[in-house]
Amino acid sequence: MPEGTLLALMIALPFVGSFIAAFLPSNARNSEAWLAAFVTLGVLALTLASYPRIVASGALRSHIEWLPSLGLDFQLRMDGFAWMFALLISGIGFLVVVYARYYMSPKDPVPRFYSFLLAFMGAMMGVVLSGNLILLVVFWEATSIFSFLLIGYWHHNAEARNGARMALTTTGLGGLALVVAVLLIGHIVGSYDLDTVLAAGEIIRDHELYVPILVLVLLAAFTKSAQFPFHFWLPNAMAAPTPVSAFLHSATMVKAGVFLLARFWPVFAGTPEWFWLVGSAGMASMVLGAFFAIYQQDIKGLLAYSTISHLGLITLLLSLGSPLGAVAAIFHMMNHATFKASLFMAAGIIDHETGTRDLRKLGGLFHAMPITASLAMVASAAMAGVPLLNGFLSKEMFFAEAIETHAVSWLDTAAPYAAVLGSAFAVSYSVRFIAGVFFGKPAEELPHEPHEPPFLMRFPILFLVAICLVVGIFPGATIGPYLHTAVQAVLGEGTPEYSLAIWHGLTLPLLMSGIAIVAGLAFYMIWRPYLATSEEGPPLFRRLNGQRIFDQVLVTLSWRWARALERFLGTRKLQPQLRLVVLITLVAAAWPVLRLGLASPLPDLAAIDPVFAALWAVGILCAVGAAWQAKYHRLVALILVGGAGLVTSLTFIWFSAPDLGLTQLLVEIVTTVLLLLGLRWLPKRVNFEEGTVLGARLSRARDALIAIAAGLGTTFIAYAVIVREAPGSIGDFFLSNAYSQGGGRNVVNVILVDFRGFDTFGEITVLGIVGITVFALLRRFRPAADTIERPEQQRDQLAFDEARADRSETDTVSDYLFVPSVTMQWLFPFFILFAAYLFLRGHDLPGGGFVAGITMATAFLLQYLAAGTRYVEDRLKVLPVNWIGLGLLTAAAVGCGSWILGYPFLTSHFQYVELPVIGKVPAATALLFDLGVYALVVGAMVLMLIALAHQSTRRLRAAKTAEESA
Amino acid sequence: MDLILAIGIGALVGSGVWLILRPRTYQVIIGLSLIAYGVNLFIFSIGRLRMNAAPVLAEGPINPADYADPTPQALVLTAIVIGFATTALFLVVLLVARGLTGSDHVDGRESN
Repeated sequence: MPEGTLLALMIALPFVGSFIAAFLPSNARNSEAWLAAFVTLGVLALTLASYPRIVASGALRSHIEWLPSLGLDFQLRMDGFAWMFALLISGIGFLVVVYARYYMSPKDPVPRFYSFLLAFMGAMMGVVLSGNLILLVVFWEATSIFSFLLIGYWHHNAEARNGARMALTTTGLGGLALVVAVLLIGHIVGSYDLDTVLAAGEIIRDHELYVPILVLVLLAAFTKSAQFPFHFWLPNAMAAPTPVSAFLHSATMVKAGVFLLARFWPVFAGTPEWFWLVGSAGMASMVLGAFFAIYQQDIKGLLAYSTISHLGLITLLLSLGSPLGAVAAIFHMMNHATFKASLFMAAGIIDHETGTRDLRKLGGLFHAMPITASLAMVASAAMAGVPLLNGFLSKEMFFAEAIETHAVSWLDTAAPYAAVLGSAFAVSYSVRFIAGVFFGKPAEELPHEPHEPPFLMRFPILFLVAICLVVGIFPGATIGPYLHTAVQAVLGEGTPEYSLAIWHGLTLPLLMSGIAIVAGLAFYMIWRPYLATSEEGPPLFRRLNGQRIFDQVLVTLSWRWARALERFLGTRKLQPQLRLVVLITLVAAAWPVLRLGLASPLPDLAAIDPVFAALWAVGILCAVGAAWQAKYHRLVALILVGGAGLVTSLTFIWFSAPDLGLTQLLVEIVTTVLLLLGLRWLPKRVNFEEGTVLGARLSRARDALIAIAAGLGTTFIAYAVIVREAPGSIGDFFLSNAYSQGGGRNVVNVILVDFRGFDTFGEITVLGIVGITVFALLRRFRPAADTIERPEQQRDQLAFDEARADRSETDTVSDYLFVPSVTMQWLFPFFILFAAYLFLRGHDLPGGGFVAGITMATAFLLQYLAAGTRYVEDRLKVLPVNWIGLGLLTAAAVGCGSWILGYPFLTSHFQYVELPVIGKVPAATALLFDLGVYALVVGAMVLMLIALAHQSTRRLRAAKTAEESA
Repeated sequence: MDLILAIGIGALVGSGVWLILRPRTYQVIIGLSLIAYGVNLFIFSIGRLRMNAAPVLAEGPINPADYADPTPQALVLTAIVIGFATTALFLVVLLVARGLTGSDHVDGRESN
């Protein structure tokens, strides 16, 4: 198999498996397990098969171009170190899948579990196999997200939700730091390629940005690996199902942080900053983690703190900057994964079989489950660092490194003492775990009767414990060569001489081990009575726990400060907000003008056309009048707005834009009718007293000033623009090519339906959406109580009818505007004809789909005006929503049609067609597009208008409801 | 000519700004309509004002200098139609809000 395929398959296989797993039925426990086992075994097989090639060539590489211009390629790279991690991920992944088959309850929705688990595995493989830093970050983030989903798997449980959220917040923060760090590295090195970056260690260390980069990378690694002071999320993540903990919180997810540290060890290590930052975090995590672990009552919590401690040990080893330290760190990564995964699984079995994880309740389980107990004891001994087990070997190497002097400082001096202290605590909690669960007084009143689990549930533990033993007894023959390959991949030529033997003679490290074991046992014996009944968590530190601080910080940041800021800066009132918008606009417009100056020629007063001046005198009066009257005389204001609109329309025509004039005029009509329809639902306002209060007067004066400033400013800018010589515009292109390429003489229309057809397509989509929104809003319209009653005029008319003996009710209403209404009804076909005329001539003369659509909508509107809503709705089915859909589909179909002919979306085609009688006519596909525009405009306009007009029929229904409720 | 249109645009925008700062929803909708006229005219005038320029292409070779600039016109044409749609949407939101809150104040309740 080619290298590229092999590497890609190792990442793709879990993701494909995850995708399939998500679609299996929710009770398919067995098929899910088979699928996941197949996938994990497949990845494991690929990993194993690639080993000889790595030994032979150093590293497998694959390079697929992705965004080469950004330096982002899909590069994969597997060297010995990555291979070791791939082995851990796939091997332990397989064991966890087997274990999970028996652990998960039939009631749990397993597809979600396996799907997330496999996706997580794929992301993790991606992290270790990435050959490009950006790609690494992407997979890194993916592990955070899938771990969030896995921790929160039992999302009905508040603890799981909180734990998941905390893990995501913390590791997500680190991920963010990693992105920045990677970008900075790319900036310095000039490449995101892992090989290039690893070779550029010296450049990075000498660069002035080294410390910021280091801090950011460490932030990422420490949050991921739960290192002090970011350790608090890991114990809370124990709300995850135990297979997840065994996989994520022992072997993979938390190892990603130390993986990163080791991966970039050649780049970053060896400086004082590295030593201090990494060393202090590692030492604090190791000692405090181990100390806290002793006082946990939850066995998974104990294991979680132990993980923090062991990862701290690895971090501390990496901090030393000595190659032998790195060897020990890498060795311990593997050892820790094996014994901790098996212990988590054992804890899961205990929980599963007894129903509790509380050390105060558990006890004496050895008789009920002797095999599990024996396995757990061996794994615990490895965790404690007892000889003949793998944990002992790496711990000895650690001791040997701790007593060496690397950098003269108190931290270095303290290292051996801290190492012994941490190991002693490790012995204490390991003993506590075993003694508390399997020995002592047999537990009473357990939720379940404990017994041995099925063989296959035990098998993964058995397998891992066997590895612990074999590696512990015959290190050189078993793990030796693989470790060497991994170490060489990190250290390269600087790989030191080291020995994996169990017996190095009577050395200081051996003595330290002895002290640690004895002290740890003694420590446990002293605290034992207290621990039997104590609360969760260590004494003194119980109050000072990371979770509480984290919660407080979150509450302060996202709630208190946010609220305070909102109170201080925000307002829910619209007027101040709009005032602010206007003021900022004013300042933004005035600033450059005042700073740079804007010279404009003085106006030539002689050139003023008196007719045009008179026209605008009317326009300005209308505008100001509308502003003045809009509060108490709505109808007057509406008529005045219409006047201003007419002046606008005439101005368009005056300045050679007949299309705009036509459109403006027609839109004016429908807008006026629309607002008229709305007036009926507004409250009566007859109180003219307002505005006498001083505060109100002041605010009106201020608003008037703002408005005058806005008006003057706009005048100035508009004038300055108009008198300037026009620069060359793209309009020339449209003019030159409209006929030759678009086949139309009306350039505006050609721009709309051809050159900028895609814009128009977007625009009509918006129009359609607005139409449907209006319709949807009005479906649930509840008029205000005071508008339910018939309008006053109608009441008067009805009273008049009733008072006369010769008239029956509604006579006056039906006689109202009788002649105009007959005319309007008769005009209906002519309107249709006129719309068709405007539409057809649109490509060559003023007109087009928009105008024709509005005309057609006006035709429908007039029918409503002439005969009333009831009458029209009984006789005419308009179905505006269908018009909208049809219009949009037509426009889209015409656009897609050009694909068939191999042109881009919305390329138009035109030619002349010979028609009988009419003769030669231009036929462009743009005309079809315009037909879509037309249909949509008709649909949207009619929908809005008749939806509003239809509301008048609500009165009766609303009145009835009001009566019923009264 | 230029000055008059500029003053006209200023009057439209100024009146509109005054209205959108008022407390009643109807005032705001009228104000937005007035601002829309002003803005449309402004965008239109960016293409410079031409009187008696041919809007439709004649037969034969074309000299762009003889014609009005069609680009702002095309922009404004769709803006007019979209302007109608937003007016309609705002009107309906106004009516529904009035039905729900019982007030035609822009904040949904009378300020005190």
